[in-house]
Amino acid sequence: MGIVSPGFQGRPRTQEPALPPGQYLTEDFPVLSAGPTPRVSLDTWEFVISAENGSDHRWSWQELMALPQETPTVDIHCVTRWSKFGTTWQGVSLDTLLADVDTGAHFALAHSYGGYTTNLPLDDLRGGQAWVVHSFDGAPLPAEHGGPARLLVPHLYFWKSAKWVRGLRLKTMDEPGFWETAGYHDYGDPWREQRYQGD
Amino acid sequence: MTEMSYLDGNMLDGPMRELFTVDLSTAMGRCENCGMTGSMASLHVYSHAPGLVARCPSCEGVMLRLVRGPDRAWLDLRGTTFLQVPMPMEQTVAGPL
Repeated sequence: MGIVSPGFQGRPRTQEPALPPGQYLTEDFPVLSAGPTPRVSLDTWEFVISAENGSDHRWSWQELMALPQETPTVDIHCVTRWSKFGTTWQGVSLDTLLADVDTGAHFALAHSYGGYTTNLPLDDLRGGQAWVVHSFDGAPLPAEHGGPARLLVPHLYFWKSAKWVRGLRLKTMDEPGFWETAGYHDYGDPWREQRYQGD
Repeated sequence: MTEMSYLDGNMLDGPMRELFTVDLSTAMGRCENCGMTGSMASLHVYSHAPGLVARCPSCEGVMLRLVRGPDRAWLDLRGTTFLQVPMPMEQTVAGPL
Protein backbone atom coordinates (compact mmCIF):
# COMPACT_ATOMS: atom_id res chain seq x y z
CA MET A 1 0.00 0.00 0.00
CA GLY A 2 1.35 3.35 -0.97
CA ILE A 3 1.69 6.33 1.26
CA VAL A 4 -0.20 8.66 -1.08
CA SER A 5 -3.84 9.21 -0.23
CA PRO A 6 -6.01 7.55 -2.88
CA GLY A 7 -8.06 10.72 -3.01
CA PHE A 8 -5.14 12.77 -4.33
CA GLN A 9 -4.70 12.33 -8.06
CA GLY A 10 -3.11 15.63 -9.06
CA ARG A 11 -4.21 17.58 -12.13
CA PRO A 12 -5.31 15.56 -15.13
CA ARG A 13 -3.04 15.89 -18.16
CA THR A 14 -5.82 17.00 -20.46
CA GLN A 15 -8.33 19.52 -19.21
CA GLU A 16 -11.84 19.09 -20.63
CA PRO A 17 -13.96 22.23 -20.51
CA ALA A 18 -16.01 22.30 -17.35
CA LEU A 19 -19.69 21.44 -17.37
CA PRO A 20 -22.12 23.56 -15.34
CA PRO A 21 -23.53 21.73 -12.30
CA GLY A 22 -26.13 19.06 -13.06
CA GLN A 23 -25.38 18.94 -16.81
CA TYR A 24 -24.23 16.05 -19.03
CA LEU A 25 -22.37 16.29 -22.31
CA THR A 26 -24.01 15.28 -25.58
CA GLU A 27 -22.64 15.04 -29.11
CA ASP A 28 -26.16 15.20 -30.54
CA PHE A 29 -28.19 18.35 -30.99
CA PRO A 30 -31.55 17.53 -29.35
CA VAL A 31 -34.60 19.30 -30.75
CA LEU A 32 -36.89 20.83 -28.15
CA SER A 33 -40.06 22.63 -29.05
CA ALA A 34 -43.17 23.86 -27.27
CA GLY A 35 -45.31 23.84 -30.39
CA PRO A 36 -45.50 23.36 -34.14
CA THR A 37 -42.49 24.55 -36.14
CA PRO A 38 -43.25 27.91 -37.81
CA ARG A 39 -42.37 28.12 -41.50
CA VAL A 40 -41.22 31.63 -42.24
CA SER A 41 -40.51 32.84 -45.77
CA LEU A 42 -37.34 34.89 -46.17
CA ASP A 43 -39.35 37.30 -48.38
CA THR A 44 -41.53 38.31 -45.44
CA TRP A 45 -39.11 37.68 -42.55
CA GLU A 46 -38.23 40.69 -40.44
CA PHE A 47 -36.47 41.46 -37.19
CA VAL A 48 -37.82 44.40 -35.20
CA ILE A 49 -36.40 46.10 -32.13
CA SER A 50 -39.18 48.12 -30.48
CA ALA A 51 -37.87 50.71 -28.06
CA GLU A 52 -39.84 51.78 -25.00
CA ASN A 53 -40.49 55.18 -26.63
CA GLY A 54 -42.52 53.53 -29.39
CA SER A 55 -39.89 53.70 -32.14
CA ASP A 56 -39.26 50.56 -34.23
CA HIS A 57 -36.00 49.52 -35.90
CA ARG A 58 -36.59 46.94 -38.66
CA TRP A 59 -34.35 44.72 -40.73
CA SER A 60 -35.41 42.59 -43.68
CA TRP A 61 -33.53 39.35 -44.41
CA GLN A 62 -31.37 41.11 -47.00
CA GLU A 63 -30.61 43.95 -44.60
CA LEU A 64 -29.62 41.49 -41.86
CA MET A 65 -27.29 39.65 -44.21
CA ALA A 66 -25.68 42.94 -45.28
CA LEU A 67 -24.63 43.74 -41.69
CA PRO A 68 -21.20 42.70 -40.34
CA GLN A 69 -21.25 38.95 -39.71
CA GLU A 70 -19.62 37.10 -36.81
CA THR A 71 -18.95 33.36 -36.32
CA PRO A 72 -19.07 32.65 -32.58
CA THR A 73 -18.01 29.19 -31.33
CA VAL A 74 -19.67 28.63 -27.97
CA ASP A 75 -20.80 25.99 -25.48
CA ILE A 76 -24.56 25.70 -25.00
CA HIS A 77 -26.47 24.45 -21.96
CA CYS A 78 -30.11 23.33 -22.00
CA VAL A 79 -32.15 23.39 -18.79
CA THR A 80 -33.20 19.79 -19.56
CA ARG A 81 -29.57 19.00 -18.55
CA TRP A 82 -27.75 18.43 -21.84
CA SER A 83 -24.77 20.59 -22.81
CA LYS A 84 -22.97 20.73 -26.12
CA PHE A 85 -19.42 22.04 -26.48
CA GLY A 86 -17.95 24.03 -29.36
CA THR A 87 -21.00 24.88 -31.46
CA THR A 88 -20.26 27.26 -34.34
CA TRP A 89 -22.82 29.74 -35.59
CA GLN A 90 -22.95 32.69 -37.95
CA GLY A 91 -24.97 35.84 -37.46
CA VAL A 92 -25.08 39.46 -36.36
CA SER A 93 -24.09 40.68 -32.91
CA LEU A 94 -26.83 42.34 -30.86
CA ASP A 95 -24.25 45.11 -30.30
CA THR A 96 -24.56 45.89 -34.01
CA LEU A 97 -28.37 45.75 -33.98
CA LEU A 98 -28.67 47.86 -30.81
CA ALA A 99 -26.04 50.43 -31.86
CA ASP A 100 -28.50 52.98 -33.25
CA VAL A 101 -31.36 52.23 -30.85
CA ASP A 102 -31.93 55.09 -28.44
CA THR A 103 -33.14 53.44 -25.24
CA GLY A 104 -32.97 53.75 -21.49
CA ALA A 105 -34.61 50.33 -21.00
CA HIS A 106 -32.99 47.71 -18.79
CA PHE A 107 -34.98 44.70 -20.00
CA ALA A 108 -35.86 43.00 -23.26
CA LEU A 109 -38.65 40.58 -24.15
CA ALA A 110 -37.64 38.50 -27.15
CA HIS A 111 -40.60 37.33 -29.23
CA SER A 112 -40.78 34.75 -31.98
CA TYR A 113 -42.78 33.62 -34.96
CA GLY A 114 -45.19 31.10 -33.40
CA GLY A 115 -45.74 33.16 -30.26
CA TYR A 116 -42.84 32.14 -27.99
CA THR A 117 -41.37 34.78 -25.67
CA THR A 118 -38.44 34.98 -23.24
CA ASN A 119 -37.12 37.85 -21.12
CA LEU A 120 -33.53 38.97 -20.60
CA PRO A 121 -31.74 41.93 -19.03
CA LEU A 122 -30.64 44.23 -21.86
CA ASP A 123 -27.08 44.20 -20.50
CA ASP A 124 -26.94 40.45 -21.25
CA LEU A 125 -27.58 41.17 -24.93
CA ARG A 126 -24.65 43.60 -25.13
CA GLY A 127 -20.88 43.29 -24.82
CA GLY A 128 -20.34 40.51 -27.35
CA GLN A 129 -22.61 38.08 -25.48
CA ALA A 130 -25.56 37.68 -27.87
CA TRP A 131 -26.32 37.28 -31.57
CA VAL A 132 -29.13 36.80 -34.06
CA VAL A 133 -27.80 33.72 -35.88
CA HIS A 134 -28.91 32.26 -39.21
CA SER A 135 -26.32 29.51 -39.78
CA PHE A 136 -25.08 26.51 -37.80
CA ASP A 137 -21.94 24.54 -38.71
CA GLY A 138 -21.65 26.49 -41.96
CA ALA A 139 -25.17 25.70 -43.23
CA PRO A 140 -28.46 27.61 -43.04
CA LEU A 141 -30.11 27.06 -39.67
CA PRO A 142 -32.75 24.30 -40.04
CA ALA A 143 -36.30 25.23 -39.05
CA GLU A 144 -36.36 22.67 -36.20
CA HIS A 145 -33.38 24.45 -34.64
CA GLY A 146 -34.98 27.88 -35.03
CA GLY A 147 -34.34 28.90 -38.62
CA PRO A 148 -34.47 31.19 -40.46
CA ALA A 149 -32.91 32.91 -37.43
CA ARG A 150 -32.74 32.47 -33.68
CA LEU A 151 -31.34 34.33 -30.75
CA LEU A 152 -28.03 32.99 -29.37
CA VAL A 153 -27.27 33.90 -25.75
CA PRO A 154 -24.96 31.06 -24.74
CA HIS A 155 -24.08 32.23 -21.22
CA LEU A 156 -27.71 31.59 -20.17
CA TYR A 157 -29.76 28.37 -20.35
CA PHE A 158 -30.73 27.72 -23.95
CA TRP A 159 -34.46 28.49 -23.51
CA LYS A 160 -33.32 32.13 -23.52
CA SER A 161 -31.93 31.66 -27.06
CA ALA A 162 -35.36 32.05 -28.67
CA LYS A 163 -35.94 30.04 -31.85
CA TRP A 164 -37.63 31.73 -34.84
CA VAL A 165 -36.87 35.11 -33.29
CA ARG A 166 -38.86 38.00 -34.71
CA GLY A 167 -37.88 40.88 -32.48
CA LEU A 168 -37.11 42.44 -29.14
CA ARG A 169 -39.40 44.66 -27.10
CA LEU A 170 -37.30 46.90 -24.88
CA LYS A 171 -38.88 47.52 -21.49
CA THR A 172 -38.31 49.59 -18.40
CA MET A 173 -39.91 46.83 -16.29
CA ASP A 174 -39.03 43.14 -16.45
CA GLU A 175 -41.80 41.05 -18.07
CA PRO A 176 -41.43 37.28 -17.74
CA GLY A 177 -41.76 35.17 -20.89
CA PHE A 178 -43.25 31.79 -21.85
CA TRP A 179 -41.27 29.52 -19.50
CA GLU A 180 -40.52 32.21 -16.92
CA THR A 181 -44.28 32.50 -16.21
CA ALA A 182 -44.51 28.71 -15.75
CA GLY A 183 -41.96 28.09 -13.00
CA TYR A 184 -38.62 28.62 -14.72
CA HIS A 185 -36.03 31.05 -13.39
CA ASP A 186 -36.20 34.67 -14.45
CA TYR A 187 -32.45 34.87 -15.33
CA GLY A 188 -31.28 31.29 -15.96
CA ASP A 189 -27.53 31.23 -15.28
CA PRO A 190 -26.37 27.61 -15.81
CA TRP A 191 -23.24 28.09 -13.66
CA ARG A 192 -25.44 29.02 -10.69
CA GLU A 193 -27.96 26.31 -11.69
CA GLN A 194 -30.82 28.78 -11.87
CA ARG A 195 -33.37 26.36 -13.32
CA TYR A 196 -36.55 27.12 -11.40
CA GLN A 197 -37.99 30.10 -9.56
CA GLY A 198 -36.20 30.53 -6.26
CA ASP A 199 -33.04 28.63 -7.33
CA MET B 1 -36.64 17.78 -42.22
CA THR B 2 -37.85 16.65 -38.82
CA GLU B 3 -41.30 17.92 -37.86
CA MET B 4 -41.94 18.21 -34.13
CA SER B 5 -44.54 15.62 -33.26
CA TYR B 6 -47.02 15.82 -30.46
CA LEU B 7 -48.90 13.34 -28.31
CA ASP B 8 -52.61 13.37 -27.59
CA GLY B 9 -54.02 14.71 -24.34
CA ASN B 10 -54.41 11.24 -22.82
CA MET B 11 -50.72 11.46 -21.90
CA LEU B 12 -51.57 14.28 -19.45
CA ASP B 13 -53.43 11.79 -17.25
CA GLY B 14 -50.36 10.52 -15.41
CA PRO B 15 -48.64 13.87 -14.80
CA MET B 16 -51.95 15.49 -13.74
CA ARG B 17 -52.72 12.67 -11.29
CA GLU B 18 -49.72 13.92 -9.34
CA LEU B 19 -51.68 17.13 -8.72
CA PHE B 20 -55.35 16.17 -8.81
CA THR B 21 -57.49 13.13 -8.29
CA VAL B 22 -59.71 13.80 -11.30
CA ASP B 23 -59.13 11.95 -14.55
CA LEU B 24 -58.34 14.84 -16.87
CA SER B 25 -58.78 12.74 -20.00
CA THR B 26 -62.53 12.56 -19.31
CA ALA B 27 -62.81 16.34 -18.79
CA MET B 28 -63.90 18.91 -21.34
CA GLY B 29 -62.12 22.25 -21.70
CA ARG B 30 -62.79 25.54 -23.48
CA CYS B 31 -59.97 27.24 -25.37
CA GLU B 32 -59.54 30.84 -24.27
CA ASN B 33 -58.13 31.78 -27.67
CA CYS B 34 -60.72 30.41 -30.13
CA GLY B 35 -63.58 29.38 -27.85
CA MET B 36 -63.71 25.76 -29.00
CA THR B 37 -64.88 23.31 -26.35
CA GLY B 38 -63.62 19.76 -26.57
CA SER B 39 -62.16 16.80 -24.78
CA MET B 40 -58.88 17.47 -22.97
CA ALA B 41 -57.77 14.11 -24.39
CA SER B 42 -57.83 15.69 -27.86
CA LEU B 43 -55.24 18.36 -27.03
CA HIS B 44 -51.88 18.31 -28.84
CA VAL B 45 -49.21 17.83 -26.16
CA TYR B 46 -45.61 18.86 -26.91
CA SER B 47 -43.39 17.00 -24.46
CA HIS B 48 -39.89 17.50 -25.98
CA ALA B 49 -39.63 20.74 -24.04
CA PRO B 50 -38.73 22.04 -20.56
CA GLY B 51 -42.35 21.28 -19.59
CA LEU B 52 -45.55 19.87 -21.07
CA VAL B 53 -47.32 22.27 -23.44
CA ALA B 54 -50.88 21.30 -24.42
CA ARG B 55 -52.38 23.15 -27.39
CA CYS B 56 -55.89 23.46 -28.76
CA PRO B 57 -56.34 21.07 -31.73
CA SER B 58 -58.29 23.78 -33.56
CA CYS B 59 -56.17 26.95 -33.23
CA GLU B 60 -52.91 25.64 -31.61
CA GLY B 61 -53.35 28.17 -28.79
CA VAL B 62 -51.64 27.12 -25.55
CA MET B 63 -54.33 25.79 -23.18
CA LEU B 64 -52.15 24.19 -20.49
CA ARG B 65 -48.54 24.25 -19.33
CA LEU B 66 -47.21 21.88 -16.68
CA VAL B 67 -43.65 22.23 -15.38
CA ARG B 68 -42.32 19.57 -13.01
CA GLY B 69 -39.36 20.56 -10.86
CA PRO B 70 -37.69 18.09 -8.52
CA ASP B 71 -39.86 19.11 -5.56
CA ARG B 72 -42.45 21.47 -7.06
CA ALA B 73 -44.83 21.68 -9.99
CA TRP B 74 -46.35 24.65 -11.80
CA LEU B 75 -49.68 24.42 -13.63
CA ASP B 76 -50.72 27.29 -15.90
CA LEU B 77 -54.28 27.05 -17.23
CA ARG B 78 -54.71 30.64 -18.38
CA GLY B 79 -55.49 29.42 -21.90
CA THR B 80 -58.36 27.26 -20.61
CA THR B 81 -61.54 29.18 -19.84
CA PHE B 82 -63.10 26.27 -17.96
CA LEU B 83 -62.69 22.61 -17.21
CA GLN B 84 -65.85 20.53 -17.15
CA VAL B 85 -65.26 17.44 -15.03
CA PRO B 86 -67.68 14.48 -14.82
CA MET B 87 -68.88 13.97 -11.25
CA PRO B 88 -70.90 11.24 -9.54
CA MET B 89 -74.60 12.00 -9.31
CA GLU B 90 -75.32 14.10 -6.25
CA GLN B 91 -77.12 12.11 -3.55
CA THR B 92 -80.54 13.44 -2.64
CA VAL B 93 -80.32 14.77 0.86
CA ALA B 94 -83.42 14.27 2.97
CA GLY B 95 -84.89 17.59 3.99
CA PRO B 96 -86.32 18.45 7.37
CA LEU B 97 -89.61 16.77 8.15
